[in-house]
Amino acid sequence: MNYLASIGSYFIMIKEVFKKPTKWSIMKTLILKEIDELVYGSMGIIIFISFFIGGVVSIQTALNITNPLIPRNLIGFATRQSVILEFAPTFTSIIMAGKVGSYITSSIGTMRVTEQIDALEIMGVNSLNYLVFPKIIAMLFYPFVIAIAMYVGIFGGWTAGVFGGFSSSADFVEGLQLDFIPFHVTYSFVKSIVFALIIATIPSFHGYYMKGGALEVGKASTTAFVWTSVVIIIVNYILTQLLLG
Amino acid sequence: MIEVDNIHKSFGESHVLKGISSNFEKGKTNLIIGQSGSGKTVFLKCLLGLFTPDEGTISYDGKIYSELSASEQRNLRQEMGMVFQGSALFDSMTVQGNVMFPLGMFTKQSKSEMQDRVDFVLKRVNLVDAHNKFPSEISGGMQKRVAIARAIVMNPKYLFCDEPNSGLDPKTAILIDNLIHEITQEYDITTVINTHDMNSVMEIGEKIIFLKNGLKEWEGSNKEIFKTDNEAVTDFVYSSELFKKVRQMYIEERN
Repeated sequence: MNYLASIGSYFIMIKEVFKKPTKWSIMKTLILKEIDELVYGSMGIIIFISFFIGGVVSIQTALNITNPLIPRNLIGFATRQSVILEFAPTFTSIIMAGKVGSYITSSIGTMRVTEQIDALEIMGVNSLNYLVFPKIIAMLFYPFVIAIAMYVGIFGGWTAGVFGGFSSSADFVEGLQLDFIPFHVTYSFVKSIVFALIIATIPSFHGYYMKGGALEVGKASTTAFVWTSVVIIIVNYILTQLLLG
Repeated sequence: MIEVDNIHKSFGESHVLKGISSNFEKGKTNLIIGQSGSGKTVFLKCLLGLFTPDEGTISYDGKIYSELSASEQRNLRQEMGMVFQGSALFDSMTVQGNVMFPLGMFTKQSKSEMQDRVDFVLKRVNLVDAHNKFPSEISGGMQKRVAIARAIVMNPKYLFCDEPNSGLDPKTAILIDNLIHEITQEYDITTVINTHDMNSVMEIGEKIIFLKNGLKEWEGSNKEIFKTDNEAVTDFVYSSELFKKVRQMYIEERN
């Protein structure tokens, strides 16, 4: 019953976010700040993880090709498919749920605990629009992060494959181009936009409606991460069935 | 003027406000006192429109809050200033940013007009060198002054303060009390203060409401509180031996 009430509250919150917009001159600054914090600020960790995961996919694929009849270009093919279809959009989103999600929950939760949200409301500001809307807009730039994660992941796979002696550069690149279906990239970007909305809104919900003190801010961040991850995994399954099934 | 008529508020099984009626006059400092759990904070949040009473009405200069549309309620809120117990300053903004925030949000003033207004109110609360400091870099008393400056920067009709003296030393507490009292008279604001501080009661309580178990137990002024026979009020206000002796001396002196 509590879960149903929470789901209902979540959708009411989403409706409120789009009511009574904040003055554009202020909103513009908030959006730019959130793009910097949420998107640009996450590039380092995403590039780092993408490079090494791409490398590991490449090495593991190479080590599992024991049959000499299987062509070496499979390494590039498997790396491309893994990175584009799952690693870049889904795995990266789980990492972002931890990094960005906990930041969103703790920053909004701290504002709740210290009555800063009440202060906004008393001034007549729609606090949900002021706090959550810029995060949603900023996260619409998330597909750019995913595009970079794809590129770096594949580059990591190429580096590990070629410099690790598992594949020649020509074989790897041939594998990358083998049976390429452009819709897979579209599918990946569609997923990333949906995940971006989830990452922006679920942690905001947990921060905005939290009760208690500093300890509860920490608990809310953890809960937000768990629920964001769970929803991403479920939505990933549904979207895959709808778009590729 | 704020008129409160028979407001009730419950949270689940807990009936917190059980029918409170009172008036808060313009240009006066009105104090709400009572023990913890008496319903003071819920009452103040009802006055601020943060909680909707289950029954009863609250009107602001004749406008009944519950009968206003959502946008009219928001417009009315822009006429309210609030000083929170913990100041509730935006910690990512400087002192100047905090005070300028409502101006930037709700007015079409130019940058220089806003700057002039911010300088004026910060000077009014005796803060002249703190414009570029962050809330974490200033003392509790200074934070309260910034909160007062932010609350009055839009020339509010109504000023609400939730325990403005909590956590302050007695000298700073008196300064803050006097500042609120002066501002109330200077700008002819309806001020409502939620407090535990007995110095505030004695110094600036032009009207005092004593709440007990969600009901208005007593109301009067700081002059009348000395003379009241209401046992619940005397037990609360004169809880220390010192205050009891002071009261006795006062009564004897008057007789």
